[in-house]
Amino acid sequence: MENKLSKAQLSWLVILRIFIGWHFLYEGMVKVLNPNWTSTAYLMDSQGMFRSMFNNMAANAGLMKYVDFLNEWGLVLVGLGLILGCFARLSCIGGILLLLLYTFSHPALIGAEYMMPFEGSYFLIDKNIIELAALGVLFVFPTARVIGIDRFLDRVLPASFHKFIF
Amino acid sequence: MEKKEINKTSDQTKERKSSAVGRREVIKTLATVPLLGAMAYGLVKTRKTALIDRDISDVFPLSNKNAVFLQPLAKGKQIRLGLIGFGIRGKQLMRALGFAEPSYIDTLIEAEKLNPDDTRYEVFREQDDLNVVINGVCDIFDNYGQSAQLTASNINREGTNGKFGPAPKRYRTYQELLSAGDIDAVVIAAPDHWHGTMTVAAAKAGKHVYCEKPVTWTVPETYLVRQAVRETGIIFQLGHQGRQTACYQKAEEIIRNDLLGHVNLIQVCTNRNTPNGAWVYSIIDGSSPQTIDWKQFEGDPARIAEYNDYMTSFGLDRYIGPEERNKFSLERFFRWRCWWDYSTGLSGDLLTHEYDAVNQIMHLGIPDSATSSGGVYFFKDGRTVPDVLQTTFEWPDRDLAMLYSATLASSRNRGKIFMGHDASMEVSNMLSITADRDSERYAAKIKQGIIPTDNPFFTYVPGQSKVDAVTSATELYFAQRGLLYTYVDGKRYDTTHLHMREWLECIRQGQTPSCNIDQAFQEAMTAHMGTRAYLEGRTMYWDKEKEEIVRG
Repeated sequence: MENKLSKAQLSWLVILRIFIGWHFLYEGMVKVLNPNWTSTAYLMDSQGMFRSMFNNMAANAGLMKYVDFLNEWGLVLVGLGLILGCFARLSCIGGILLLLLYTFSHPALIGAEYMMPFEGSYFLIDKNIIELAALGVLFVFPTARVIGIDRFLDRVLPASFHKFIF
Repeated sequence: MEKKEINKTSDQTKERKSSAVGRREVIKTLATVPLLGAMAYGLVKTRKTALIDRDISDVFPLSNKNAVFLQPLAKGKQIRLGLIGFGIRGKQLMRALGFAEPSYIDTLIEAEKLNPDDTRYEVFREQDDLNVVINGVCDIFDNYGQSAQLTASNINREGTNGKFGPAPKRYRTYQELLSAGDIDAVVIAAPDHWHGTMTVAAAKAGKHVYCEKPVTWTVPETYLVRQAVRETGIIFQLGHQGRQTACYQKAEEIIRNDLLGHVNLIQVCTNRNTPNGAWVYSIIDGSSPQTIDWKQFEGDPARIAEYNDYMTSFGLDRYIGPEERNKFSLERFFRWRCWWDYSTGLSGDLLTHEYDAVNQIMHLGIPDSATSSGGVYFFKDGRTVPDVLQTTFEWPDRDLAMLYSATLASSRNRGKIFMGHDASMEVSNMLSITADRDSERYAAKIKQGIIPTDNPFFTYVPGQSKVDAVTSATELYFAQRGLLYTYVDGKRYDTTHLHMREWLECIRQGQTPSCNIDQAFQEAMTAHMGTRAYLEGRTMYWDKEKEEIVRG
């Protein structure tokens, strides 16, 4: 499909991919590099339908070790995948899942107050969801087989993997 | 030959072409890799600023130690308890021991059904088993006495339809309970005017004692209680559960390390604004002269004589009564804290908690002097004890003063604050330290912008291990809202439960509890000084040599 993209379309899609990847990678690495980082506080601050689920998660110290690990490295891998264009479509799915979890934990509801208040005014649609939608766009307009390591993987990996990964 | 030349050229072109294609392939494949270098540069810088900016370990040395609590023995012997007094506090103490009224459990179960976030029942069920059995209960109100029996038999922590164990014996008098052979230790939750007398009697009967605060109602009995506990060697714990607050242990370390500079003023407060908070408790159904043993309620004749003697000799008769002591009164029975005839007022009931916390943190002992003022300014319901009270205590040998300020008619929160030359510390279930803008100790760090002065620069919540850095905005947010639970070894605890556990473990292990008789003596004398200063309208002093309260 990417062959049909014009140069301008391709360029902007790659820029979008890199920007989102950059955002994920930096968020992930900051957490990985901080030995005291934990998402406990964030989860305790949850609102909306899933509040008690996230609060229970936060109260379980044993579980939090895994939650933190998965979140930190999930962010890093999604970020790397998008920037490098390596398993880019899989990375889009990973990113969408993470953003969905953040949205469920901190939905932009009327009257909801958070520790880190939104810097603008949002109702239901916040920047997380917009980023999520952008990842959806990148999933259906893949660019990594043109610009990215997937270009190489495309040639060396057996065809049966392709649909799944790219 | 020409053909050969042509072929050669075409091969070269092909090679050039394919190598160009190869180069393009590589560029297109790896085009975005250099971006990772830029990211790495940013990350290195981020990490450096993150680490350098918040490090204050050079001016703020503090250990990583979390609060330490006396741990239960694996195979400690079961302790057989007796309970004296099953009013509001008696019920709370029984819950802390693991025994709740079935009707109370019913309300918790109901509350959980309505709101799944209400986990009080779950928390209570999971509270550690303290390996005790209640063999005797005593209350002079039939309703409470019977309810105490039922509660003590609720060994499975269930509601009304639960399976109960055997009910303990109900005694009509505390003397009978104390003479029982199957009781090792007693919990005293009777009104204030009975604390001292019951503790002395229990000690003489060889029973260990957990007594609610304050330890005494009159000054003279304070010496008797200390003597009895010392002579008999029983294990005594006074009911200041604040002793088990993890933050107080950290606060003590902060003071010891001199991190606030010279502490010259301490402010402690009571801020309440409900009838319940002002001791206007409900009159319970079924209470009457037939179901309440009023004669016992009146008090021990020796104590009453001490009380009357003090009041009359200093011209304070107006504070006695106003009703005759032998006249039955439901108000006085259920709301006894409102009258000096039974109560120790704000000083004994609430100042003592604050003072004991400060004494735990700073080891101040009995103050050199106390001055008080106040009055009945809101609850004009016939009470004789004030509902607004200020007491100033001075420790000239420590160069500091403590101001206690209380109101029962405004819940405006004023914290427990230790004011030092370099910083002030506010202590509650969390602890926060704010640097003083004129501090010398923190001057350099303030100048560098590392330590702020408009917000706390350090907070501690129990269980937190990182102590050498400026608190982040996130941590502060949570600490201030108390959203992070207090844990001991990963489990959430109630301080009263921990305080009773410590007492029981001291009995088992032959150790001394944190709020022992010496601490209790200091607590009682301090409160009495404040009370006498209020009643007499003049400054009270403490004569260290003679261990006596003297007048200015």
